[in-house]
Amino acid sequence: MRSTITSVWSLTNRFLEWFGDLGFFGWQVLRSAVRRPFEGRELIRQLDEIGSRSFPLVALAGAAIGAVLALETRSSLVQFGAKSMLPAAIVFSIIHETGPVVTGLVVSGRVGAGIGAELGAMKVTEQIDAIEASGVNPYKFLAFTRIVACILMLPLLTLAADFCGVMVGWIANTLVEPISFHKFIHQGLAGTSFNDFLAPTFRTSVFGLIIGMIACFQGMRTQGGTAGVGLSATSSVVLSSLFVILADVILVKVILVFFS
Amino acid sequence: MMPPALEVSPPVEKSAAAAIENFAASDAPAIALRGLHKSFGSQVVLNGIALKVGTGETLAVLGRSGTGKSVLLKLIIGLQKPDSGSIRIHGQEITRVDLDTLNEIRKKMGFLFQHAALYDSLTVEQNVAFPLKRHTKMTDSEQRDRVKELLAAVGMEGDLQKMPADISGGMQKRVGLARALALEPAILLLDEPTAGLDPITSGEIDELILKLQEEHDMASIVVTHDLHSAKTIADRIALLHDGNVLIEGSFDDLAKSTDEFVSEFLKRDS
Repeated sequence: MRSTITSVWSLTNRFLEWFGDLGFFGWQVLRSAVRRPFEGRELIRQLDEIGSRSFPLVALAGAAIGAVLALETRSSLVQFGAKSMLPAAIVFSIIHETGPVVTGLVVSGRVGAGIGAELGAMKVTEQIDAIEASGVNPYKFLAFTRIVACILMLPLLTLAADFCGVMVGWIANTLVEPISFHKFIHQGLAGTSFNDFLAPTFRTSVFGLIIGMIACFQGMRTQGGTAGVGLSATSSVVLSSLFVILADVILVKVILVFFS
Repeated sequence: MMPPALEVSPPVEKSAAAAIENFAASDAPAIALRGLHKSFGSQVVLNGIALKVGTGETLAVLGRSGTGKSVLLKLIIGLQKPDSGSIRIHGQEITRVDLDTLNEIRKKMGFLFQHAALYDSLTVEQNVAFPLKRHTKMTDSEQRDRVKELLAAVGMEGDLQKMPADISGGMQKRVGLARALALEPAILLLDEPTAGLDPITSGEIDELILKLQEEHDMASIVVTHDLHSAKTIADRIALLHDGNVLIEGSFDDLAKSTDEFVSEFLKRDS
């Protein structure tokens, strides 16, 4: 009993310490962001690295979700005689939930691991020290640019996943029962407003903040050699995925309260 | 063939750090350490170190592994904070300055890391150009010329497009040295420049450092285990033991010392 309490206490302490360090890291990044130079070139490089290189994977994941939704939902709706609701069910679920969450999780896997490993390797080989020694702020040059790139790219990648999901959903539906794309979209978007698009898509910016922040933090605090780099990459993916899911739950509630 | 001498002085951007504008013109020692303490947990690494290095002078810091030699260099360039004590760079106390001023001071210092710490996603050329891109208003072609000149000075002019992973340890050290010299620093900090290199390459690196010191009136601190290298390139030698300077002077002073540790150290390394 005593050892259980000690373990829980130690775990709580470590969690609070991690949170405190993350908060301090966030403050350092924020403070560095308001100082010149603004690292435009590095930001563009990161937008390309995080955005365009994640596009194929995100598009593929979106397409797979569209196909699965079309195939799985059809039989249920046919059973209840609500076959005409199929386009709306596909479009609504992709735009509202599956598109943003799948994009968040795919990016946290690809980008989170990439950033965690890259910065971790830079840390253990003293490259981050070398950047700092040359009079360049690593919080801005390495962390701020990656975090901003994640924040800006997640909504765009989500739109790509949504588009591919809806397209493939339509194709899967058409293969069973032909329907024109115009009619599919018309039925799918019936009763939806601009807010139905906007809020779920832009909540992925928060996912981007979480992924960028946690991956940079875990990478830049790496200790040890190659084992430490591996640990940073893994923990970046695990923690950012976990916090993306938690943030999703909170943001869905916020969106329902303020945008419905 | 001897590489050509460095000629072009890069124009460094002016900043708010007015205190270091006349950096090299200052009468104060280039580096002055006083009462420097640094501990990691319960392990005391530096225990009140005091050292001075003048402009144009080279100090070699020797000592057993784990005596805080590398930590000393990291404290001087502000990568770590001392627990207490004073670090003055050309009279400017750096332990209490803001980050902007510290970064201005860092631009006047070159640092060669133990394993070179080249940016592995950049080519050799981009590595050397990194400080120039960041801190000067040079055009792209001026930067290219300067990089070629720096790499020629370290005998690496033929490897501009190679990646750090594709060159040997000795070549990485040379590129690291070229990068450290990019902004024409007033102070050069070298962390084990010959560690892990064969005797011939070590000799070449020593010659290179000597040549660069002759060409540029820099104050240098060289942390090394290599007594031969220290003897070749340093004006003075400081031997660290138990977190402090056990003995400081010329190589002959050390050789004459009757201290048991000093004798043991010199005997082991000879």
